[in-house]
Amino acid sequence: MDIAVNWVALKTLVRKEVIRVARIWVQTIVPPAITMTLYFIIFGNLIGRRIGEMGGFDYMQYIAPGLIMMSVITNSYGNVVSSFFGAKYGKHIEEMLVSPMSNATIIIGHVAGGVIRGLMVGALVTMIALGFTSLSIEHPLVTISIVLLASIVFALLGFVNAVFAKKFDDISIIPTFVLTPLTYLGGVFYSITLLPEFWQKVSLANPILYMVNAFRYGILGVSDISIGYAYLIVVFFVVGLFTLNLALLNRGVGIRE
Amino acid sequence: MYALSIKQLTKTYSNGLQALKGIDFDVKPGDFYALLGPNGAGKTTVIGIICSLINKTSGQVEIFGHDMDTDVEAAKACIGLVPQELNLNIFDSVLNIVVNQAGYYGIDRKLALERAEQYLGELRLWDRRFDQARMLSGGMKRRLMIARALIHEPRLLMLDEPTAGVDIEIRRSMWDFLRRINAAGTTIILTTHYLEEAENLCRHVAIIDEGEIIENARMSTVLRKLQREVFVLSLREPLTEAPLLAEFETSLVEDYELEVTVDSGNDLNTLFARLNESGISVVSLRNKANRLEELFMDLVESKQDPGRAAVR
Repeated sequence: MDIAVNWVALKTLVRKEVIRVARIWVQTIVPPAITMTLYFIIFGNLIGRRIGEMGGFDYMQYIAPGLIMMSVITNSYGNVVSSFFGAKYGKHIEEMLVSPMSNATIIIGHVAGGVIRGLMVGALVTMIALGFTSLSIEHPLVTISIVLLASIVFALLGFVNAVFAKKFDDISIIPTFVLTPLTYLGGVFYSITLLPEFWQKVSLANPILYMVNAFRYGILGVSDISIGYAYLIVVFFVVGLFTLNLALLNRGVGIRE
Repeated sequence: MYALSIKQLTKTYSNGLQALKGIDFDVKPGDFYALLGPNGAGKTTVIGIICSLINKTSGQVEIFGHDMDTDVEAAKACIGLVPQELNLNIFDSVLNIVVNQAGYYGIDRKLALERAEQYLGELRLWDRRFDQARMLSGGMKRRLMIARALIHEPRLLMLDEPTAGVDIEIRRSMWDFLRRINAAGTTIILTTHYLEEAENLCRHVAIIDEGEIIENARMSTVLRKLQREVFVLSLREPLTEAPLLAEFETSLVEDYELEVTVDSGNDLNTLFARLNESGISVVSLRNKANRLEELFMDLVESKQDPGRAAVR
């Protein structure tokens, strides 16, 4: 692999992705800000006042890290799946496929675009959250590393989805039927200690639970699960999904006849 | 070393269609090479494999000595592709499209911008550089794809029906441009359905049909194989019936228009001598069909129906 060529190619791809996010900011930045504002008003403020405390914090504070993580995850995923599938659908993916840039660079560039959008939206949602409640970051390194890793995981998952997608329906099936339920059941709005023992064990099979709790630990200092496990699982997914994506592109799945 | 060397290339698609049945051909550096064939013959499959857009089933492809299997990045760096179908990001600006493409080839942004000005200028798109690609006409989009393919200054340019659907004026200006870059040293491989285009531009021609190469030679050599040509003569005086001219077939199209078939064993001097003897004055003449087109039809039809008289 020619490192110099791939470095310029990577910078070009990331720049293109950032310009795309900025160009369609009404679709990429505004909707999550509005959705999360509604979550804070309805769940945090109106319903939260009746719920009272959870995990030693008022409900608004408790759900804030989960909502931030949820917005990061969905936007990282959504950016990559729509950008890469859009390139496939419009055939301008061929611009990359004919060039000497490596498949790894194609993956990293798209994932970087997804992470940048995810973190931009995450930062915006954090600012919105600060309008409703106060948040102090207990463990900054955990907060930053886990949100970054979770963003990478879901950007990579979005890439897998885009590789297999053949029509626009295919890029909304996974977010609707898999990602959203797992996020809602991943401890964003509640502590799993509230669940019966059986459902607590079932919840442990949900990888989003680990990311949400690790992020909550970073901000509030409380978690339902071991932070060590959370890192192990997230790193496992990063390595596994990157390897899977690379193998798919090397074989030409979804992109070459 | 060849610009392109293909050996025993086969492609069978997942639906069982055998698009290429073990083709071989070489293209010399600096050549202007036509790859012709009817729809579905395998032309786009060949180009797709050369440009890494389609996985081959077997065989070997080398670009300027770089094997596509073992040295793919070096091979890709030599190629520029103008595909048959529009594949532009229509929401991106003209300038971004070409500068990004340069970036994918490892060209830094400063140099990419300089080259963008050069190629977009030569292809008369510089004034439209900030427009989204969707705002361009069909001909402009085709020219943009050419500028994009040239931005990294490839040694081998693949053009898959680059002038499809563009008007004659733009087509001819594109021909002039392609002649210039070929004269400057770029090897060009062209597929086209406009056989006049291939005859005008290319020095070498390969004809592919049903996944096999059925002709591969210099253009002049191929055209000499044409057994007969039909000319349409415009006459000074009207005729009421086709004249009898020894050794030539004639038919009257209109009062002032006569068709004459000239076999390869005969020539135009003899034809004009016969016309003079008959007192027929000719104002102008033209080929009824493009010569390459006639040859192409003969080759393809004789392959499909071996009983039909072949050109050879």
